[in-house]
Amino acid sequence: MAQNQDLYDAILNGNAKKAYAATEAAIAAGVEPMALIQESMVPAMDEVGRLFECEEYFVPELLLAGRAMKGAMELLKPLLTASGQKMAVRVVIGTVKGDLHDIGKNIVASMLEGSGFEVIDLGTDVSPENFVAAVEQRKPHVVCMSALLTVTMPAMKLTIDALQTAGLRTQVKVLIGGAPVTSQYAKEIGADGYSENANGAVGLVKNLLAEA
Amino acid sequence: MIVEAARRFTSLAIPSQDQLVFGVCPHPLACGLGLTLGAGQVFPEVNFTLPPMSITSETWSDVTAHYEEMAAQILRRAVALAVPGIVLEFELLPAMTDKPEWGAEITAVLKRHLRAAHEKHHLPCALRVTPTDIRDQQKPPLLRTGEPWQRLRRSLELCAEAGADILSIESVGSKEVHDQALMFGDFPGIVFALGVLAPRDMAWLWSEIVSICAAHPGVVPGADSACGFANTAMQLAHQKMLPEVLAAVVRAMSAVRSLAAFEQGALGPSKDCAYEGPVMKAITGQPISMEGKSAACAHFSPLGNIAAAMCDLWSNESVQNVRLLSGNAPEAFTEILAYDCRLMNAATAAGGALALREWMTASDEWLSPQAAVLSPAATLRIASAIVAEETPYRQTIAAGRAAVGVLNDGVAQEKLHLSRKEQQWFTRIESGLDELPAEEAVLIAALEEQYGSLYDKASYGL
Repeated sequence: MAQNQDLYDAILNGNAKKAYAATEAAIAAGVEPMALIQESMVPAMDEVGRLFECEEYFVPELLLAGRAMKGAMELLKPLLTASGQKMAVRVVIGTVKGDLHDIGKNIVASMLEGSGFEVIDLGTDVSPENFVAAVEQRKPHVVCMSALLTVTMPAMKLTIDALQTAGLRTQVKVLIGGAPVTSQYAKEIGADGYSENANGAVGLVKNLLAEA
Repeated sequence: MIVEAARRFTSLAIPSQDQLVFGVCPHPLACGLGLTLGAGQVFPEVNFTLPPMSITSETWSDVTAHYEEMAAQILRRAVALAVPGIVLEFELLPAMTDKPEWGAEITAVLKRHLRAAHEKHHLPCALRVTPTDIRDQQKPPLLRTGEPWQRLRRSLELCAEAGADILSIESVGSKEVHDQALMFGDFPGIVFALGVLAPRDMAWLWSEIVSICAAHPGVVPGADSACGFANTAMQLAHQKMLPEVLAAVVRAMSAVRSLAAFEQGALGPSKDCAYEGPVMKAITGQPISMEGKSAACAHFSPLGNIAAAMCDLWSNESVQNVRLLSGNAPEAFTEILAYDCRLMNAATAAGGALALREWMTASDEWLSPQAAVLSPAATLRIASAIVAEETPYRQTIAAGRAAVGVLNDGVAQEKLHLSRKEQQWFTRIESGLDELPAEEAVLIAALEEQYGSLYDKASYGL
């Protein structure tokens, strides 16, 4: 199948209504949902990511594109489920205990959603116990933690330790980020990766899962 | 309930650029131990924080030891450099506001050091204490009721009792809407947060803080900061995640919500991270704190010099207690601030304050839209636009238009150069301002579906 240009353009331009309409039309025409995703939606989001990387897009364009894709995906999800096809990779994300800062975490969450991942946002001030509970109950592939304060960074290690104690550490990839966090710190506490920005975080998730 | 302004500013306290300069303001503020702000000199305001460590009952003795060390070293350097006065700012970390007794204990530690320095060295000094606004712990945040607000209120009271000379806060009312609107570049949503919701919370919160200060003689209600709004935009712009023109217009518009603190009786100094401070100073005539090049320990900015042009306190924003080659970072940054202030005060003494202000301004003004809206001329243009309107909503739009006017003039005169993408966003912002309804009720209704679930209406008296 060729790329659905209407859908591709709608996502690229962050037009949720057009993306939804193009997806509806494609479904009505009998196009396979997975083909729509792989040949139109994912390439559109890849191009959005490229435009952001080369500073042609700012975050709003990125997030509007993600919102357009997410809206279209809502149409496809039931069809994918009905046909037994595998759903998106699941990510649990949160700002660690003691820290109330969330805009960076929210941007990462929105961009992950826009890239087709299922995101479970635990919010801010998330205790190690709550991260563990979310991993037990929701079975994510990835856990993302954010901290903006130097005094809350240690909660990242406590969370990783709690996952280890609960016997869950090997089941998930753990990524960390936030202004005071470094790749060195990620290594020190046993995280699987670190990104200094939101777009990098999305790439990191993709790369880690590809390697897994 | 909507809290009415205790006072309205309908004209500028500083109407002329020649009077809008660092170190002086029409209403100098006496505070703390023999310190007067805005009476001719600029003083360092040193802010400091912990290195990476947990704050728990088990580590609490280590926490207090850090603050003991930081206070001793900062004041040692201040005395060594013969600063004419100093303010220490203690920004509570969330855990210290959640447990108000902890914040009060550190407040007492710091005040003890300041008293000793004042008694032994006659150092004029004051302690600013800034509890964390923890009211956004649940979604949507309950701003006027509930446990977080009770703990915050208790923290303010205990810190006042423990020795705070100035109480401040970086309040977050409407951030739950603003963050979302900012991320999606939704201009009506941004104006709704800054011009409709935030002023309502500011009026309520600052009426509370002013009453707490009134119950504790000698404690000054400082002022607020649009840190969670305009500085978020500034940092996202710094990371190329948002356009700079948007951050610049958000800065100007955020002045209205910050002004609400003064309308309730705040006396300044406004918070260091409130880059909208010069607009406050022009309108109220009260002293302000600012941060710029010497706050690079905390964050980068395109405003390093221009931020000092109209300051009364000069701050480093925040620095961790970590070891550098010279000494610990808080002491090192005390020295940096001390020399910055010495230069400004020497310029004033020699009759050269306006010349230095002009150099500070000229060195940054047209290199960034965010700097352009901070010049003395832009400050007066934005401040004049605000006082010419009657409601916070209309004032916010007026401030946005004034900022757009400043940037337009810069572009027309070929002083300010915008990239193609920035220019596209600038055009979008201009259109966004033009398309806003004249009445806020229309905007509130129009955005109900989009943002209604994000905020608690009772928290804003709606």
